[in-house]
Order: sequence, then structure tokens, then C-alpha cells
Amino acid sequence: MPILSVNKLTKSFGGLTAVSNVNMELEQGELVGLIGPNGAGKTTLFNLLTGVYVPSSGTITLTKDGKSKPIHGLKPYTICKEGLARTFQNIRLFKDLTVLDNVRIAMNQNVKYGLASSFFHLPSHRKEEEKLLHDAIELLKIFKLDHKKDELAKNLPYGEQRHLEIARALATKPILLLLDEPAAGMNPAETAELTELIGWIREKFNLTILLIEHDMSLVMKICERIYVLDYGVVIANGTPEEIKNNKRVIEAYLGEEISNV
Amino acid sequence: MDKIRKNKTLMKLIYLVLTYAVVQVLISTGIITYYLQDILTTICINIILAVSLNLITGFTGQFSLGHAGFMSIGAYVCAIITLRMSTTFGFIIGAIAGAVAAALVGCLVGLPTLRLKGDYLAIATLGMSEIIRIIAVNLEITNGAAGLSSIPQFVNWVWLFVFTAGTILIISNFIRSSHGRACISVREDEIAAEAMGINSTRYKVIAFTMGAFFAGIAGALYASYFYVIKPDTFGFQKSIDVLIIVVFGGMGSLSGSVISAFVLALINTLLQSLAEVRMILYAVILVVIMIFRPQGLMGSKELSVSTLSKVGQIFQPRKGGDK
Repeated sequence: MPILSVNKLTKSFGGLTAVSNVNMELEQGELVGLIGPNGAGKTTLFNLLTGVYVPSSGTITLTKDGKSKPIHGLKPYTICKEGLARTFQNIRLFKDLTVLDNVRIAMNQNVKYGLASSFFHLPSHRKEEEKLLHDAIELLKIFKLDHKKDELAKNLPYGEQRHLEIARALATKPILLLLDEPAAGMNPAETAELTELIGWIREKFNLTILLIEHDMSLVMKICERIYVLDYGVVIANGTPEEIKNNKRVIEAYLGEEISNV
Repeated sequence: MDKIRKNKTLMKLIYLVLTYAVVQVLISTGIITYYLQDILTTICINIILAVSLNLITGFTGQFSLGHAGFMSIGAYVCAIITLRMSTTFGFIIGAIAGAVAAALVGCLVGLPTLRLKGDYLAIATLGMSEIIRIIAVNLEITNGAAGLSSIPQFVNWVWLFVFTAGTILIISNFIRSSHGRACISVREDEIAAEAMGINSTRYKVIAFTMGAFFAGIAGALYASYFYVIKPDTFGFQKSIDVLIIVVFGGMGSLSGSVISAFVLALINTLLQSLAEVRMILYAVILVVIMIFRPQGLMGSKELSVSTLSKVGQIFQPRKGGDK
């Protein structure tokens, strides 16, 4: 049973259909790439999956612990609670808060104490806060950010900000992680390191990952399957080898005439 | 870790008791005259108002211009109850009922309006406080435009201290909890907060309701100390006054709000003798300070017990062997 299944998903903005009739299935534990030329509708698809946009038609179903649940049209925070976390194309950290707080905020939905406990800092608050702090630091250690926990997020170097965003997404305890161009703006060495890290967190947290990426070295290396989107339509779907040699994909990227040569 | 926390709690308690005792002694010995007591009361009420508005505007990032409206609900409810039940118990009931009534209105108004952003929200909250004022002008129980007078006076330094310290403690505890951090994340980036599982509307309404609750307390204290309330007391100007204290002290700094309530009261009192020029000078001082410190006196920093003890350490010889 697929962990995420997208059925005939369509989103139009006025006369423009950004995503049209997309079908997609992700199996538990898969690492899938989503590629396509600029403006193909990749980020729109992400926004539909995470509830930022409400689809014009079609369904999205998430399966968690053997139970399937439609998640289209739900609010982003509900979808996040269902186990779907994301990062953003242009980093959206809480810039003026510390590294630690960025992670702790993402843990808020699993906090067990109520408002009254937060007003008077009752023992339940103290116990839970200690646990939060411990978990947050453990998570930061994975990304080698624990020694910078009191820095403001905006003062981190670019690469570390990208890492922190992934750490923050993981703090919500997702089952499915969506990464929107995680390697954007990174140099080849950083990209190689990130590639390894993504593979590693997938094993460690038992995740299914869907990622948008333009850096083909990363996509071809770690993705088991690739979806190609062009003008809002899925034009191909298969292993990296199949995609590399797919005629329609080459046309989409390079134009028709060249592929005819 | 545990020892440090206990030490901090102890230090906080010592500072609180000290503040209470010093002022109490000054009042008993007559150094704080009736005139100064009026100023002290105004400062305490302004602290409660500013700290609660800071929770809404500074921490949760929702620009509200309706704080005086909540204050007036607290003031009227408390006044009406104490006029019929003129005992200390009646005052406590009145203050709590006033605060709860303000919180209820805050919650009801917040649910639809907090979907608005920025200046739209400011206009909506401004409209709300005007509606509350007009209702107070037209109801019989509030005695219309003339307002209520000879409200029994129960507020003294003890009550002022209890309510002011209580407000600051509860709000600062809230801010330093997971729920408080959720409010701050809504201010920082609402889209990212929602993607991280934070129900932004819920936290906005919580902040708004809490802010209204404490504004209601401030209103109750006002009614019970100054024994005359009129709808005009809680007009647009009052909301702006509170907003000035918050911005001047620093959005997102509770200690900033407290300090700023003191400083502004001080400036106001010092300028009292200058009559007409007073408001002009007050405005000029504000403009100058905002030019040189646009983030407010404290920015978003807090003055905490540990900073205070650092200041204290300057005066102590350094001991060897601390870890």
C-alpha cells in the first residue's frame, strides 16, 4: 500500500492550470525525485500536498499505520500533524530566533502540557521542557549544530541554514518528508555532503522522502524513482536510467529540435 | 541545573518581596504622598496594559488598536459589581468578572478578526473598541456619557502589587513555554509556523484573549482606585497611549514595557509644571528617542534575574574556583 497516493490532482489559478491531472504514488521508505524545467509546477505541487493551496480537484491520500486518510483541503498544521513535513525553496527559518527555538517550535504539536501549566510553570511543564530540550539537542547533534544552539538562525552560514531547516522539519516527527531544492545555492562539496546526509536520515528516521532538485548529480545519485513535471503534467516516471533516456524528458529540457538531431 | 533553577526562583522571590516592602514602607512613612500614590497607581495600571498588549502585538505580532476597549469592559463590570457589593470580596469578584468578561469579548471578537492581517486588523480592533465605547454611552446600567461615579475604593498598594506582579509573572511564564514560543513563531513567519504544525489562528486567539483578560484587570483597578469612569476615559487615545509604551519599551520585551511605563510616567510628571508646552515636549522626546533607538529601549531583550546578578557581581570581589 503506498504511503502517499495522489489521484488526478489539478490546481488552476484563473485561466492557468499550474498542476493538471497529476497521479503519483510513493511507497514506504522510497526516495523519490521530482524534476522539471522552471515553472513546471513542482513547488505548486508541494504546496498542494502540504495544504498551502486547496486543490481545484483530485485527491491526496496519506497512509499512516495502515490507515488511509484523505488530506487534500486540510489546513497545513493538520497535514503536518498527520506526518507530512517540508522545507522551503527560499529558506523560511524563524530568522530572529535561536537555532534551538527553531527546533523546539516544531516540536510544539507533541507537547503534552496545557495552558494552565504554562502560566504557572507547573511540574508537568518543567518535565516536558527538559525532555524537549534534550530531544532538540539530540536532533541538532545529527546536523552538527548543537554547539550553535544559542545563535540566531539568521547568523548561520547558508549551508547550515539549509541543514537547520531539515532539522526543524524532522522535529515534527514526520513519516513523509518533502524537500524543496535542498541543494540550491550549495557548492559541489556541500551538495555531496548533503546527498549523503539525506540518504542517512532516511534510514535513521525511517522516512519516505520526496525532493525537488535541479542539481542532477544529487537526483541521479540518490533517487530511486523520478517524476518529471512539465507544464503541470507528469510527462515521465521511472528510474534515473529510464528518465535519462526518455525522449519526452529530453525534449522538455532541451527542446524538440536538438533531440531530433 | 536544579540548583540554579531553585536559586533563580529564590532570587525572583527576594526581588518581589523587596519591591513590595520598600514601597510599603515609603507609603507608611509618608514619603510617597497621595499625589505620588496616584502616579504609582497609573504606572502599575499602565504596566499591566502594556505587558498584555505586548503579548498581542510584540510577541504574537498582531497589531491591535483596541486595548482600551477591553480595559473599559473590566472597569465597568468591576464598578457595577462593587457599587452593589461594597466589600473587598465584592471587589475581587468584580475584578475577576471584569477580566473574564473582557476575555470573552476578546475571544469572540478575535475569532473572526484575527484572520485579518496588519493594518486591516488594526482598523477592525479600533472599530471594536469604538463599538464598546458607544455601547457604554448608550446603556442605562453604565449611566451613559456621564459615566459611573463614587465607585468604592478598594485598590491600595497591596492589590496593585499583587495584580501587577501576577500579570507580569503569568505572561512571562507563558512566553517561556512551548505555547509562548508558538505565538512568537506566528509573528516570525506564519506560513512556516503552519507548516511546522502550529495552528496560527488558535495561538492568535489565545494571545488576544489573554491580553484582553489582563486589560480587564487593569480596567478594574482603574475603576476602583480613581472611583470615576466615563466612556471617554477609554477612548482611542488610551489605546494609543498603551501602544506608545509598548513600542517605546521594545516590541517583544516585557521588561522593556515595565521600564517604559516608568520612564514615560516620569517624563510626564517632570513636564507637568510646563502646562501647554508639555504635550509638545513629550512628543518631541518620543520622536527623538524613536530616531535614535527605533527598536525601543530594550529591543527584544529581557532584563532577567541573571543579568541583575551579573550587575551585582561587579561589586563583588571575584572568587576563585567557580566552575
